[in-house]
Parts: sequence; C-alpha cells; structure tokens
Amino acid sequence: MTPLITAKNLSVTHGRSNVLHGVDFSIAGGEIVTIVGPNGSGKSSLLKALIGSIPISAGTLTRMKGLRIGYVPQQLALDPTLPLNVRRFLDLPRRISDAEAITALEQAGCSGLADRQLSDLSGGQLQRIMLARALLSDPHLLILDEATQGLDQPGAAAFYQRIEDVRTTQGCAVLMVSHDLHVVMAASDRVICLNGHICCEGHPEQVASAPEYRALFGTGTQGALALYRHSHDHSHGHETAE
Amino acid sequence: MSLLLDSILVRACLAGVGVALAAGPLGSFVVWRRMAYFGDATAHASILGVALALALEISVFWGALVAALAMALGVQALTSQGRSMDTALGVLSHSALAIGMVAVSLMSGVRIDISALLFGEILIVQRADLALIWGGAAIVLGLLWWRWSALLTATVSPELAQAAGINPRLEQLVLTLALALTVAVAIKVVGVLLIGALLIIPAAAARPFANTPERMAMLATLGGVVSVLVGLAGAWQFDVLAGPAIVCAAAGLFAASMLVRVIRPAG
Repeated sequence: MTPLITAKNLSVTHGRSNVLHGVDFSIAGGEIVTIVGPNGSGKSSLLKALIGSIPISAGTLTRMKGLRIGYVPQQLALDPTLPLNVRRFLDLPRRISDAEAITALEQAGCSGLADRQLSDLSGGQLQRIMLARALLSDPHLLILDEATQGLDQPGAAAFYQRIEDVRTTQGCAVLMVSHDLHVVMAASDRVICLNGHICCEGHPEQVASAPEYRALFGTGTQGALALYRHSHDHSHGHETAE
Repeated sequence: MSLLLDSILVRACLAGVGVALAAGPLGSFVVWRRMAYFGDATAHASILGVALALALEISVFWGALVAALAMALGVQALTSQGRSMDTALGVLSHSALAIGMVAVSLMSGVRIDISALLFGEILIVQRADLALIWGGAAIVLGLLWWRWSALLTATVSPELAQAAGINPRLEQLVLTLALALTVAVAIKVVGVLLIGALLIIPAAAARPFANTPERMAMLATLGGVVSVLVGLAGAWQFDVLAGPAIVCAAAGLFAASMLVRVIRPAG
C-alpha cells in the first residue's frame, strides 16, 4: 500500500528558529498515529507542514494523488463579526444536502444543533461538529491537532472512542497531536515522540519505555500509561464480547 | 429643468447603488478578516494613482486602480511575513494620502478639485462613469460569487482551507483585487477618505441581524443601498457634500442597529 503522505528529511524554520529538522515521516491508510512532545516541540508545525499551510525549508513531501484530508484544528479563532451557524459551517467548503447534514449531526451526537451559532457551542460540541465537518469530505486521512484541548477526561475519552469508531467505519487513517498521553497512546498503532526531531517512534509501549521518551516526560506518565493500558484491555474485551 | 435635475439625481443614485452592491459583500469580508485598516491604506494610496494619471494624462480610473492594487499587494506581502501590521499600515496609509495630496497640488496647469477627490463628486457622474462603476461592481460581485465558498473557508480558518485543497493566499489575492477595483470605482462616489466607511459601516450594521455569512452580506448590501439613497436625498435637500452625507446615513443605520440590538438581543 502506498503511504498517504511521506516526508523525507523535512525541516521547518520559523523566522530564525529551526522548528523541525530531519524529520522522516509517513502514514499508511487506516493507521492511527499519534504525535506527542513537549510544548514548542514542533507538533503543530509538523501537522501544518503536512497539510501544506506552512512552507518546508528542506526535505521532500509527497502526498498520494488525490489525497483528501479532513482537518480538525485545535480551535477556531472566529471573528465575532462573522455569523456562522452549525448548518452553514458543515457546508464549508462543499455544499451538502440537508439529509447529509442531519446524518452527520446525528453521528456526531449533535442533533438539534444545526441552527446554533458556532460561538454559542460548548468546547466539546464544537470539537464534535468540527470532526463531523471534517468527515463529510470522506477523507483518506483525518488530522487532529490537540482536538481534546479543553475537554474533561470523560469528554476526551468519548472523543477518542469516536475517532476509533470512525477509523473502523470509514477506514481512514488518523494522525493526531495530543497532550493526553495515556488516553491517546492506547488508541494508537504508532506513537511518534517529537522534540524538534523524532526522538523515538514505534508501538505505544515501546515508546513509553524508551529512554528518550522518559527523558522528555519523566517516569510519572508511565503509571498513567499502565492505567490506560488496563482500561484499553478492558475495552478490547468488551468489543470481543459483543 | 426638472428633467435635468431628475437625470442628475438618477445618475447619482445609480452610481451610488452600483458601488453599494459591490461594497456590501466585499465589506463583509473586510470586517470578518479585520482588514479595515488595509482597506483604508488601499483607498488612500489611490490618490497617488490619481496624481500619476493626471501627470501621464491617462484615465484617472486606471491610475487609481494600479496604485490601489500596488499598495494592497505590497501590504499583503508584508502581512504574509507575519508582522504586526497595525503601525506599518498606519504609516503607509497616511503617507500615501499625504504624498498623493502633495503630488496633486504640485500638478500645475491642471485644475483639480481636491475636495472632489477626498469626498467624491457623485452629483456630476457621467454616463461613462456609470458604465465604469457598474462594470467594476459586476466584476467584483462575479469574483466574490465565483470564489465565495473558498473565500469563506479561508476566512474561517486558513489551515482548514489548506487541508481542503484551497490556497488561502490565492483567496486573499482575490479579495485584494476586488478591493482595489472597488476603491477605483468608488472614488467618484464617496472619495478616497470615505471608501473604507462604505465598506465597513453597512456590514457592521448588518451583523446583529445575521445568522449566516450570506445573510450578513445581503443585509450589508441593502444597508449600503439605503444609505446611498438617504444620503443623496439629504445632500440634495440640505445642499451638503453628497459623499459625507451618504456615510452619515450609513452611520445612522449603524446606530439604529445597535439600538435594536440593545432592546432586542439578537439570536
């Protein structure tokens, strides 16, 4: 299977500072990849470079022909002068039918919100709506930039559950950046630990025990991961039981 | 005599309405994208173009268009480097206005009414001006219609647009073109000082009554047309400058819309 996006030796500079250097990255169809890293480690920059919204200063970036990307930003910095209700937001950039909109809202658990202004939504509702909009283009690759920022833990857990469901039903690959280490890592096929460059990557448990990862996040997160692994096992058992 | 008066007023109304049609949707984007100062700088630069056009003996419209476009593109290039634009725009905007005025006054042998440049001369528009205004407005509306969804997506979030295969910089260029064109055709109607007002005030007045971008653009257009007609009627009645009278009418509309909002909070 050809990868959806391949980056080779990619570098990004912002002003004079070198945000990313020598990053080799690729993601295949159906894969869930999570990028973790401390603040300022270039996580968002990597996503933006992959999307093409910031220029790369070195390296190569190859996208699969006709690649459709669904993007869920960290937040929407909507100017208060811009009136935008949920229904109209779902129409961006491509107009959809009312039936499509109703289905999308139902799947997002946001039925009845169509006429609400985006600015009036709670953080969790807005994230679900943004995810619903991103899925409308039937993307090959879903990209989420700290999509659960501002959600409480149950909210975040529910959101990631939805991501996994989406991957199963729509078969799209998922690339996300997250701070919720323990929640995210269990849901991922592969974790990339980033700090200007790729420190380590691999299966979540490999990464969690890698010295580079511990150097960045300390050993404290190990406990959280264990906790998480436990709950992941549990949900797996649940799935097979069904 | 009355026939003549009628036709002057009719031409003035047509000219004003033409500009208002383009200014409604474009002004909405100017407001949403916080380009108010950008619009001012572009408009102020056009006076330099007028001076240049007079010196080169070419059409004032083309001179203004080229100068407005040059200023807009220059400012856009600066903005894309991620600088804080407030001060730079202020410097550029006022410098362009001052240099343009000095250049126009240096133009010996040409009789120019500076007040007409600054505040418009809508009451003396000719058929040819009307053709230019409506032609320009049609192009602006056509551009916005064609790019509407992409423009809106890029306005909501540049990254979101980029991910959907829309180039936000290209969309910004479309707006810049539309803005320069609007400035060039609006000089006759409201003058360089008040073009920004015609863009922003009707859009701001429309905001409380809109729940979608399209509705806001339409209400802004309607508000602009009403301002033009009320302003012209006032100018005719009280023998005041028509350009400022139009902007006063728009300001009145805005005040009324704020009042309504206070009394009946918008949904």
